[in-house]
Amino acid sequence: MNLQIQPEAASERAVEHDQLFFFITALTIFFTVVVGGILLFLAVKYRCTNSKVDRSNAPYHNTRLEVAWSVIPLLLAMLVFFWSTKQFISLTNAPKDATDIFVIGKQWMWHVQHANGIRENNEMHVPVGRPIRLTMISQDVIHAFYIPEFRLQWQVVPGRYTQMWFTPTKPGRYHIFCAMHCGAQHSEMGGYVYVLPQAEFQQWVENGGNRFQPQPKTMAEAGKQIWDKYACGSCHGPKDNERGPSLYALFNSKRKLKNGVEVVADADYIRDSIYNPAARMTAGYENTMSPYTKEQISEEQMLNVIEYIKTLGIAPSAPSGTTPTTPDPLTLRTSNEGDMTR
Amino acid sequence: MSAVAGPTVAPGPEERTNYLNKSHTIKSWLLTGDHKRIAILYLISVSFFFFLGSLAASMIRLELTSPTGTMMSSEAYNKMFTAHGVIMIFFFLIPAIPAVLGNFLIPLMVGARDLAFPRLNLASWYLYVLGGLFGIVAICMGGVDTGWTFYTPYSSLYSNSQVTLTICGAFVAGFSSIFTGINFIATIHKMRAPGLTWFKLPLFVWATYATSIIIVLGTPVVAITLLLVVAERVFHFGVFSPELGGDPVLFQHLFWFYSHPAVYIMILPGMGVISELIACFSRRKVFGYEFVAFSSLAIAGIGFLVWGHHMFVTSQSMYQGVVFSFLTFLVAIPSAIKVFNWTSTIYKGSVHWNAPFVWALGFMGLFLIGGLTGLYLGSLSTDVHLTGTYFIVAHFHYVMVGGTIMAFMGGLHFWWPKMFGRMYPDSWGKASAIITFFGFNFTFFPQFVVGYLGMPRRYHYYYFEPTWQVWHVLSTVGASILAIGFILPAFYLTWSIKNGKPAGPNPWGAKGLEWETDSPPPTENFRHPPIVTEGAYNYDPVADAEAVAKSAAKAGD
Ligand SMILES: [Cu+2]
Ligand SMILES: [Cu+2]
Repeated sequence: MNLQIQPEAASERAVEHDQLFFFITALTIFFTVVVGGILLFLAVKYRCTNSKVDRSNAPYHNTRLEVAWSVIPLLLAMLVFFWSTKQFISLTNAPKDATDIFVIGKQWMWHVQHANGIRENNEMHVPVGRPIRLTMISQDVIHAFYIPEFRLQWQVVPGRYTQMWFTPTKPGRYHIFCAMHCGAQHSEMGGYVYVLPQAEFQQWVENGGNRFQPQPKTMAEAGKQIWDKYACGSCHGPKDNERGPSLYALFNSKRKLKNGVEVVADADYIRDSIYNPAARMTAGYENTMSPYTKEQISEEQMLNVIEYIKTLGIAPSAPSGTTPTTPDPLTLRTSNEGDMTR
Repeated sequence: MSAVAGPTVAPGPEERTNYLNKSHTIKSWLLTGDHKRIAILYLISVSFFFFLGSLAASMIRLELTSPTGTMMSSEAYNKMFTAHGVIMIFFFLIPAIPAVLGNFLIPLMVGARDLAFPRLNLASWYLYVLGGLFGIVAICMGGVDTGWTFYTPYSSLYSNSQVTLTICGAFVAGFSSIFTGINFIATIHKMRAPGLTWFKLPLFVWATYATSIIIVLGTPVVAITLLLVVAERVFHFGVFSPELGGDPVLFQHLFWFYSHPAVYIMILPGMGVISELIACFSRRKVFGYEFVAFSSLAIAGIGFLVWGHHMFVTSQSMYQGVVFSFLTFLVAIPSAIKVFNWTSTIYKGSVHWNAPFVWALGFMGLFLIGGLTGLYLGSLSTDVHLTGTYFIVAHFHYVMVGGTIMAFMGGLHFWWPKMFGRMYPDSWGKASAIITFFGFNFTFFPQFVVGYLGMPRRYHYYYFEPTWQVWHVLSTVGASILAIGFILPAFYLTWSIKNGKPAGPNPWGAKGLEWETDSPPPTENFRHPPIVTEGAYNYDPVADAEAVAKSAAKAGD
């Protein structure tokens, strides 16, 4: 079995961080072994049954020694302090030409907005080799945006913006975690950063946030592309979950609303629920979905989405909590399996 | 230590009246003003809460063996780790050493009849129990899910759990610590025996004194802070939530202003215990006594200026981060000084490998790792990666469990014969110290790795990164070994109360006023008030080793 003990280092900072990390590790091992070793050695050597050792004139004071073992650790500590602080200061000063991306945290998902208008949920696409600056805020409680492969974490606080920046160095897919306890589904508040080669990233932007967009053959296929683009499945999975009700077998079924009224989920209902979710909330849910504007989903696209939702049929009987098959980092997620969980 | 003219012939412990057999009614226990009885009451109650907290810990460890959980919902899991944290910190680690060993020993060590304010002492125990009851009621009514840190605005506006009740419990328990702290400060200042000057005091007294200062200065801050959370939650009095015009980061400042020093409330008394154990079992005066004594005060002082290291990745300014990091490195130095002085104390000593000494060695090993891994977290750049992950969980368990609990167990094994007048089997004591040491490393070392790999703490599921499972399984296996290390003492120590062989006043050949009176001591502590003429730890390793050799030769004949 291939046991991993080091996370991938996928940003400039990650490499620098690890040098410092291993230096501190060396210090830790050195002092643990040396001090622990001396301690054990002395405790064994001077055991009371050993009458062969000299115990006379045992010292009780040695000011020089006290100064030495205060100053040497202090100097080492200062070395770590300056090294570490230098990295930290550069971490808080983003390069002027950094690309801005905006992140909004809320229980329990991440909204990502690009300056060019592309919006993503629980996913963030970035080009390799370019500095990226994140400006982050929370809509409710404190979260923390954490990408271990970049060795980067910062709290996402309600009421004020926080910033961090990074330069990804390796194309690939990396975890996004929430690292501040934020309620029931804290552990599932995550997603992925996709670091794309420059050309591929350009294509992604041109496709309006879809990586490889095959020409859709049917309306439903076109609808699925919109569905994937906004990661609708991350809240509306095959089964009802705390984030949102399932939309499987939705079309023309009866829905109970929050106000007690029962409605038939026809095309009008679905359209209303996307443009103005607050108007007709499903029973048992709070209004946590942000409404979509017609710039985001045009009337034309809306028809496609409705066609796609019609095809959702009966939910596959997915055993809850199974590991979703992780798609190859750089290929489009084609199945709905991933939607269940992320 | 000095001239106590009391008889030293040791009759069986039952024959003389002592604080235990003086009266047997429940009333005489519940209304006692005797610091030794109050210490026993505390011992029983903190053990009960330690058991509860460990139960929660075992559930957490079982749940994490699978990436998709084994038996709980995420809500239940969050309540479980919160219960574990709140119980262990507020109801076990903070009171354990001061309220049990401190209560029992401070008057004995300074040669006093009791603490300065016996009724305040009893009141502190009642407050502790009341606080504990609040906590238990909160658990019975569904529990609380905020984590022991109660971060706002989650705790004040968003959580649908028993936040208010739990906070009331912590608030009341806080006053119990304050009462104990005031009592210790007054006693150490005003009630030392004639001749017992500050620099003749045992280092445990110095450490407890430094701890009491932190308790008295720090606890009121967290008490008020927690009340403000309740005010915001119940009356929508805006302090911390931006929706109500407050500042969520303000809570972190106020909370850590106490809760960082609280780490020292947990570890300083433990360091005091270790000084006593190392001195006694190597039959040496502690090397660099003044440095060890003042390092406790230095830790207490600088400890109040480092709270911001919990907030490097919050929205505080970069300059704040740099200053707090610098001070954090400074506060590490006094701890290092202690470790080096303890090690030097053993040099040219006459080392007796009894159970308390083995616990003390265990403390040193774990505290070394715990302290050194603090470097990663006090340093800004590495903290940005590691904070909020399992790395931090591992680090503070090394300090607080590895440090405080090992010291508590060491101290309990050392003074147990004094408390109950009977010896426990030494080999069992050594065995459980060794089992605990290995079980502990087995449990928490894997958490350093999984933290560095990027697993955030307080995660119920990790199906999105199943490679972490192996570390969690290791950790859970370790935890079951650790459990054995803690369950064993419960049996042999309890067994010894009735069946151990009588200890006599001074079974270890230790120096210190507490060893000059009976075991168990009489209610008034000393039959004749002691007068102190010599300094602490007046051991003679040469004579001791000769005596050991002589008795070995005699046994060989
Ligand atoms: Cu979270
Ligand atoms: Cu701290």
